[in-house]
This record gives sequence, structure tokens and C-alpha cells, in this order.
Amino acid sequence: MILKELSPLFSYLSKHKKGIAVGCVWLILTNCFVLSLPWVLKYAIDGLKGGINSRALSFYASLILAVSLVAGVFRFLMRRGLIGISRKIEYDLRNDFFRHLQRLSPSYFNRTPTGDLMSRATNDLDAVRMLLGPGLLNLFNTIIISITAVSLMIYIDPWLSLYSLIPLPFLSLIINRMGKELYWRFERVQAHYSRLSAQVQENFAGIRVVKAYGQESDQIKRFRRSNLEFVSKNMSLVKIWGFFLPLMLLFSGMGMLIVLWLGGKAVIVNRITLGEFVAFNGYLIMLVWPITALGWVLNLFQRGATSMGRISQILQQKPDISNASHPIRVTSLRGEIELRNVIFAYEENSEPVLKGISLKIPPGSTLAIVGPTGSGKSTLVNLIPRLYDPTGGSLLIDGTDIRRIPLKILRRHIGYVPQEGFLFSDTIRENIALGKISFKEDEVMAAASASQILEDINHFPRKFLTQTGERGITLSGGQKQRVGLARALIANPRILILDDPFSQVDTSTEEAIWKSIREKTAGSTKILVTHRISSVRDADRIIVLSGGKIVEEGTHKELLARKGTYAELYRKQLIRQELEEL
Amino acid sequence: MHGYVSDEIAGKAYDSRLMRRLLQYLAPYKIQVVFSLLLLLLISLLQLVGPYLTKIAIDRYISHGISSGLNRIALLFFFVLLVAFILRFLQTYIMEWVGQRIMHDLRMNIFSHMQQLPLSFFDQNPVGRLMTRVTTDVQVLNELFSSGVVTIFGDIFTLAGIILVLFIMNWKLSLVTLSVVPLLFYATLLFRKKVRSSFRLIRKRIARINAFLQENISGMWVVQLFSQEAKKFRQFAHINWQYCQAYLKTIFYYALFFPAVEFISALAIAMIIWYGGSQVLGATLSLGALVAFIQYAERFFYPIRDLSEKYNILQSAMAASERIFNILDLAVDESYQQVPRQLPPLKGKVEFRNVWFAYQGEEWVLEDISFTVNKGEKVAIVGATGAGKTSIINLLTRFYQKNRGRILIDGIDIEELDAGWLRSQIGLIMQDVFLFSGSVEENLRLGNLELGQARLEELSRYVHLDQFISQFPRGYQTDVRERGSILSAGQKQLLAFARALARNPQLLILDEATSNIDPQTELLIQEALLKLMDGRTSIIIAHRLSTIQNADKIIVIHKGKIREMGTHEELLAQKQIYYMLYQIQYKDQQRPAPLPLATGNPSTNPASEKRKKKEDLK
Repeated sequence: MILKELSPLFSYLSKHKKGIAVGCVWLILTNCFVLSLPWVLKYAIDGLKGGINSRALSFYASLILAVSLVAGVFRFLMRRGLIGISRKIEYDLRNDFFRHLQRLSPSYFNRTPTGDLMSRATNDLDAVRMLLGPGLLNLFNTIIISITAVSLMIYIDPWLSLYSLIPLPFLSLIINRMGKELYWRFERVQAHYSRLSAQVQENFAGIRVVKAYGQESDQIKRFRRSNLEFVSKNMSLVKIWGFFLPLMLLFSGMGMLIVLWLGGKAVIVNRITLGEFVAFNGYLIMLVWPITALGWVLNLFQRGATSMGRISQILQQKPDISNASHPIRVTSLRGEIELRNVIFAYEENSEPVLKGISLKIPPGSTLAIVGPTGSGKSTLVNLIPRLYDPTGGSLLIDGTDIRRIPLKILRRHIGYVPQEGFLFSDTIRENIALGKISFKEDEVMAAASASQILEDINHFPRKFLTQTGERGITLSGGQKQRVGLARALIANPRILILDDPFSQVDTSTEEAIWKSIREKTAGSTKILVTHRISSVRDADRIIVLSGGKIVEEGTHKELLARKGTYAELYRKQLIRQELEEL
Repeated sequence: MHGYVSDEIAGKAYDSRLMRRLLQYLAPYKIQVVFSLLLLLLISLLQLVGPYLTKIAIDRYISHGISSGLNRIALLFFFVLLVAFILRFLQTYIMEWVGQRIMHDLRMNIFSHMQQLPLSFFDQNPVGRLMTRVTTDVQVLNELFSSGVVTIFGDIFTLAGIILVLFIMNWKLSLVTLSVVPLLFYATLLFRKKVRSSFRLIRKRIARINAFLQENISGMWVVQLFSQEAKKFRQFAHINWQYCQAYLKTIFYYALFFPAVEFISALAIAMIIWYGGSQVLGATLSLGALVAFIQYAERFFYPIRDLSEKYNILQSAMAASERIFNILDLAVDESYQQVPRQLPPLKGKVEFRNVWFAYQGEEWVLEDISFTVNKGEKVAIVGATGAGKTSIINLLTRFYQKNRGRILIDGIDIEELDAGWLRSQIGLIMQDVFLFSGSVEENLRLGNLELGQARLEELSRYVHLDQFISQFPRGYQTDVRERGSILSAGQKQLLAFARALARNPQLLILDEATSNIDPQTELLIQEALLKLMDGRTSIIIAHRLSTIQNADKIIVIHKGKIREMGTHEELLAQKQIYYMLYQIQYKDQQRPAPLPLATGNPSTNPASEKRKKKEDLK
């Protein structure tokens, strides 16, 4: 079970084969030197009993220093090597995790809360790192030190070793038993913890109702109840957990007691020397910590395996939008778009948002899409750069199924301006030039000027080098929208998609923007989604969407003459404009 | 006004002001803490016994070949171990108990305090962030109380005890042995200094990774649209590597520190062998004492190493407690602090006199609003999105405080009234009906235990809710969160009506829902609403044609000002703002099958909206 979850880690480990092997050598050497210390002590004590001279005494003292110095050097090399590798694997894993996220489609991110992905990239990755670093290190260390220390103890006196190690099996038996119970109680504590969190969340989310209905004290009462229960669940955990360390110390103490008692007798009957008695004690003490740590190490493995499983879940997520197995070879697109009976639903079995859309947009023409909220306008334009793939029907560009066009080529030819401009925490220049690998300063300027944002930028403290986002300035909604437009324009796209991008820009600025869009993208296919009918009038064709279907289509004049939905929308728009001016 | 509460804190490692405040939470458990300290003292003493027994065993019995004495020593040792075991368990249990109680107290403190913070605070801070204060941050402090503060004393006791015993056994050798201690302290200090600065670096860099991830996950579609995957990956790999580098640096210090401590302890043992050994040869020290010295020296280094571990606990506890105290230091809503002034039950006359209001600075949301609603009158407030309708409700319920002018209820300024009492007199029904987890009954009752079961069902029947609830197998005991949500939007509306009705309020404030409701339920809602308004002063932000048609008076708000006032017919005849709003918003409702037309929100992607909701729930 644990091994299965951890198997993806082997390829990461094998990348550092050499480093791990060298680290293991240091580990073994460290232990060899550490374990020889009690042996030196044995000679010193026996020598003292036999009445050696002070020169020999200083020799033993300096021997102890020398041995521990060498052991220290090896320990340093070991820790730096092995723990360092665990950090490097963490680095590799996090990179792979991010790289994989980049291949997943927007629908995946719609389904998955950001917080969940974040916690996998941080908390879970940390648990895996703990397993790879301190976990593996301590496991190796325990194995090596146990084998060598026990064999040295047996070498000194087999019987004494047997007696003094008797408590150990009992200890592991008890720990095993307690571990299971501990696990259950811990689960219960965790479960209640989430319940407590949910309660707090609910209270904060519904604070308006709490206050309006004077529920403050009632809510506090409810919270106190589950808070107290949390305390009692925790205490039931403590009842077992509180035994752990004292028990460990009791058992290691018992080992020492046996050595003192039976070992002392062995010295009396001359089976072992006093020096061996002291050395034996030393080895026993050396064993205590690694064996105590074993429980902790096992816990690290358990948690690491669970976390690795959670990370693998993401890494194994197949990207649902990717290049076709047999893509066609194209380098440029003309910009002809055709939809054939396109159906789209955000989730399986949910009601389709688009219910059979057929549409042909000639290259270089302008199409406007209008319709009420939720009619599927944004969804429709999201299909063209393949943010989503249609559930049914087909979408063709230049007569080729969109899925056969290499994703990079497709997206390079599309300029997409979303409703809400998304800015990265970077300079304004980088944000505008996002899609360009190399760019000239005046290109950025021209795009900004065409988007009517140049003047705003010139007012910022560092102009184009101004930082936006968390550690920089915050742009207004309208400014973000215009930066988004500049970002699309700089790439000079064949297909320009505008998804209601000027909702927060005033009407006169919008008109100026339209003028420059028409100049800059004369030959491009343009698709405009909007609520403002005023900007639709000049479109070559207008479609009206309602409930996922095209209900009307034609030019502005034709549609007005039909006196249908479009005419109604137009009338309302006029009233709204009038209202706005009152 | 309460602003945004940042997560970023100054991040001092030790702040005596914070520590003193934290220690106040220990005060109610003085007895337990003192007892636990006493136990620690005993445990430390018992820990000293082992090596000393070894000394006695060697000097008195092993050297003289007295085997029977060893049995006695072993028996004594056994009892010491057993008692230490029991005391240790007791001590852990007590301190864990104290830790849990303190966390309980802290959680209660924060939660209760937050209940009294003004609404603006909740509007400005995301729920997820606020939750962390009550949950994660408190959890971090647990370690400080249960294993931090008190065990530091344990370590100090042990150190003091060892020093004492060593001096009693042989003061000269003690001085020689302890001469390495300054070296140890120096090494620890140096290590801490180095590690502290690199930990600061690590925290900064992990924060950068988190911010980058957050931004790139929510903006992944932009990255993909512009084919920026490779560039963003390079940026990510770079900050990831910086983070790794920062850690490699601390690994270097750790890898150096542990061997250094071991070397220093070996130095102590070498000195014992060298100096103590020559004392043994000179017969001024027994061999047993020498062995005991070695064993004590080994034990001396554990607590010191422990202390540097405790340092980490302290550091994260400081950060968490600073965030917690930042919340606790926020002033509570004034309305919770004033002397309650209650009136005989409210009659229901509402008056706004030249009220001005801004959420921020001088960006007026309401300008010079004046109107009167007489007892029993039904008033509809209409206006475009963002006209300021909701702000009127926020002021009337004292969720927010007006900047200028006066708001009177039954002729008394609402600021002189106890906010709790005022709200208890108002039936407020909001656009989105909020249900608490629990049964339908609990949601209807909302803490009102005097409400009889019969009356509850009567109310439900009255608002046509009963027919839906009686279909559930568990009736009123049905959990509202069962399988997602068992109630439709329309049914939730009805539940909110019953909930408001249960308090029999004289003043009804209603923000009508705009969501699409099936025609059948819609009819039930309209009917129930009529019953609800009957005989009550009602102020309604209207979205239904039937509601405005039934209103005694319509107030038209436009851009924060009252522009028109009158009945439906009067206002239509004026052919001004109301007439236009009517054309845009209400006229269509007369059609048999209304086209769902929104009032002008920009369209949003339904899937991403769903995601937002999911995230809010988290």
C-alpha cells in the first residue's frame, strides 16, 4: 500500500543515485566512528582499574577527541548530502507539478478549488520531503546503528545482551497496539476539527443573518458546545499519546537497570570487565534514540505516502485539451471560422449551455453576439481558442477541425480580450508584451496607445516599468480591461475575440478604442460579445443568443426591422443610456 | 471603519508584549500549572538518580564483589523508574489539558469578539482568511502551551540538578567538565543567529512560491491563451530554485551544528577521562564517580539541544499570536457597547431625514435621502443596480452607520436604540436566503425556543411552506444540507418568510430575490408575501411587478438620490425615471412567458461562478 503510493518517487531518487550512494557511505562511516567511542572508554576504564600512567590517559582522551572529530566530519557530509538531495527532489517534484498544471484545461481548474491545488503543492509536498529527508535518513540510521550496536553488545556478552534487549519486543508490541488506537482517535480529532472549521465558516458567511436575527449569543453557545467536544476528543487522544514518551523512557530505563543489575554481577564474577560494563551501557543508550524515533519515522512514511498519493492524483490527471495525435502542418491561419451544430455542456449530464449552434464567419469580417445573461455568449467564444472543446458538433478554422490544428499555432493567431483583464504581478510592460518572446519598446507603446491606456500609464510612477498586483499598484477595472486589449493587439492576431471588454470603460473612450481596433486589425476576423448595442451597429453580422440557441441573425438594420428580441434589446439599451444621463 | 486585516506580520522572534498577553491565558489554570511545575521538579530529580546509583553500585558493590547489594540497587532503580513513569504521564496529561483549555478559551474569545465586529469588517475580509484565525493560528499556539513554556522549565531544572550533583561529587572535576559549557552556548548562539536569518529568507521565498502559484492557477487560461507556459515555467523554476537554495543553506548550518554539539560533548568526556582519570589514579576520585560523571555529561547536552528546538515553536507561536491579537484588538461595533434603551414594542414608523452615506471617504452612495414610511404602509424602493437601494437597508438595520442626517423609528433616532433590540423588532429577508446547517425546524426557529411546534407548523402552512416539508420523510427534522440542498430557491424564500413571521415583526424589510423561480412557486411566493405584508410597515426592494403594483408608495432611487416618489400609476404618468425602469425591468413580467432578462450585470461564465461558490464554501 505505502510502496504503491511511493513508487513514483523511485525515478526521482534514481536521478540522485550517486549522491545517495555516497551519502550512505558517509552514514556508515559516521556510525563506525561513533560506535568506537564506547570502546575507547572501555580501554580507558579498564586501564584505570589496572593502574595505567597519565600518558596513556591523555592518549585515550585525545583518541576520544580525534574519533569524534572524524565522526563529526562524516556526519556533516552525510547530513548535507542526503538532506540536500531531499530538497532537490522537492524542487524537481514541485517543478513537475507546476508543469503538469500548465497542461490542464480551464474546465479542470473550474472543477478544482485553487486552495486544494495550493495545499498539494505546499503541505503535501512538504510531507513527501520529510519522508525523503529525515524519514529515510533516520530509517537507514536506525537499521545500521541497531545491527552494529547489537552485534558489539553480543560480542561483549551474549547473555547480558539477551536480557537487556528483552524489553524491546514488548515495547514494539505495545507501540503497535497503541499506534492503531492512536490513529483512530487522531482521525476523530481531525474529523471534529473540520466540523469546527465548517461551523466557523458558516457563521462568518452568514453573519448578516446572525446579526439581523440577533443570533450572536446563540451562535456562541453552539460554538462553545462543539469547542468543548473538541477538547474532550483531544483529551481522549492525550490519554494514549501521553503514555508514549514516558513509556519509551521507562523501557530504556529498564534496559539500563538490567545492565546495572546483571552486568554488575557479571563484573563481580569476572565474566566482563568494568570497562566493558561501561561500554555496554553506552551502546544501550545509543540504541534508545533511534528506536524511539522509529515510531516517528513510521508516521513520516505514512503521511508521506498519503501525500504522495494526493500529488500523484494531480500528476496523473490527463489533460483534456491537447494536441491531436495527427496534427496538420500549418504555420499560419486565414481566420475563417465555422461552427457546425456545436453543443456544449460544462459538466456531463448537466444541461447544455450551447444547444446546436451553426455559424460561418468569413475571414476579415466582424461578428457581434448579443443576448441576455447566461445565454451562452462567453461560452461560445471560449471554444475558439480551445479553452473548452465542444461536447458535440464540430468547430472548423480555415476548413480544418480545430482539434487538428496544433494548439500553439491556433492560439498564436488568436487575440482574446476577456471581460476582466487578468494581470500578473509584473511590470506593465511585461503584462502587455505577454505573448511576445521579443518585442520593441515602440510596439508596446503603440499597443498601449491604440488601447487608450498610454496616458494612464504615463501617469504611473515608473511608467511602463510600474509593478502591478500584490506588491505594486492596483489598476481599476477599466484600466485592466484596456491592458488586456493592448496585450491582444500587440500580437497582431488573425482572429480577435472581444468578450464584453469595455463594460468598465466610458463611452467616449470606447469609441476611440474602436477606431484604433478597426485601423490596427483591418484584415482580421473579429468577434465581439457585448451588452452595449451601440458598439454592435457596424458589425457585418449580428447574432442574438438566447438559452443557448441563435434566435435571430442579420445586420443591425435587418434585425431592427424584424422587431424581435434584438429590437427590444436595442430599445432597452437606448432607455438605459438615457437613464444613465439623467 | 474596519479595514482589511493583513496576514503579514512584523515577525519578531520574541516579543515580550505578546508573550505577556499570551501568559495571561495561563492565569485561570494557575493551580494546574504550578502542580505541573512541581511534578517537573520531581521528575528532574528522579532523572538524576540513575547515574548516581551506578556510582554507588560500582564503588560499594562491584568493586568489593558484593552481589546482594546489587539486588537492592536494582529494586530501588526499578521503583524510581516506575514513579518517574507515572509522574511523567501525569505531567503530560495535565499540561495537555491546560493547553486544550487555553485553546478553547482563545477560540471562544476570538469567535465571540468577531460576532461583535461591524459588518464592514466581514465585507472587506475574505471568510477563508478570517477562519484561519480561529482554527489554524490557535492550533499553532497549542504546542507553545502544552510542550513549550513549561517544559523549558523542566530542561532548566534538569540542567541545574546535574550541575548541583556534579559539584557535590567533585567540584574540581565539575569545573573542568563544565568548562565546555560556554563553548556550547557560543555555538548555539551562532547557529541560532545564522538559522534565524535564513529562515526569514525561506519564509519570504515560500510566500513568493505561493503567490506565484495562486496567480498562475487563477490566470492559467491567460497563460495558455498566450502560449506562455514555457516562460512561466522558467519563472517558477527560478523562484523554486531560490527557495531550494535558501534551504540548502540552513541544511549546511544544521549539518554543522549537530556534529559540533557532539564534538563538544566528546570534549567534555575526554576532559573527564584525562583530568578525572588522573584523580582516580591519585585516589581523590572513585571509579564509580568517574563513570557517573560521564553519564551525567551525556545527559547534560540533551536539554540544551532541546532548547534550540523550542525556539522554533516559540517563533511560529509569536507570529500566530500576533495575528490573533490583531483581531482581538479591533474595536467592536459601537452598537454593542451602548446602554440598551428599549421601547415598548415598535409601532413601525420610519423616517429618513437628510441622510448621507459613503462606504469610503466622500464617495457618496446615498445623498440627502429623506422619506417617511407611516405605520402599516407598504413602500417599494426601485432603482437600477448600484443606485443605493441596499445601502438604505444597511443603515436602517444599523449594519452600517450613516455619515450625516438622522434615521428615526417611531420618532426616536435609531442610534439611541439598542441595536440588538432594534433588529429583534425587524423582520429582515435578504435576497439570498442563508440557511444554517441543521434541521428545517432549527432554521425556522433560529434560537427561539418559546415557539411551539404547533405554531411553527401553523406558520409554515400560512406561507405555503408546509406542503413541501411534509413531503420529506423526516419532515421538519430534515437536515437542510442533506444531499447538497434539499430546498429550491423558491422554497428557501418561503422558509425565510416563515422565519421572519415567527418573530411577528412590526417592520418588515425585504430584498426581493431576482433568481428564476418556477411559475408555480412564484405564485405561492406572491401570495405569501401579501399575507406577510398585511398590517405591517413594509420596505421592499422590489423586483416583482406585482409587488410594486401593490405598494402604497414607490420611492425611485437613482445615483444615490431620491428622484421620484408616488404610486405606480402616478409615476408612470410622469414618464420619467420610473417609467424607464418600468420599461427595462418590469414590463416584461406582464407577458405570459417572461424572457429572463437581467438588469445589466455583465455576463459571467457560469462554471467559474460555480467554482467561486465552491471556494467560498471551503
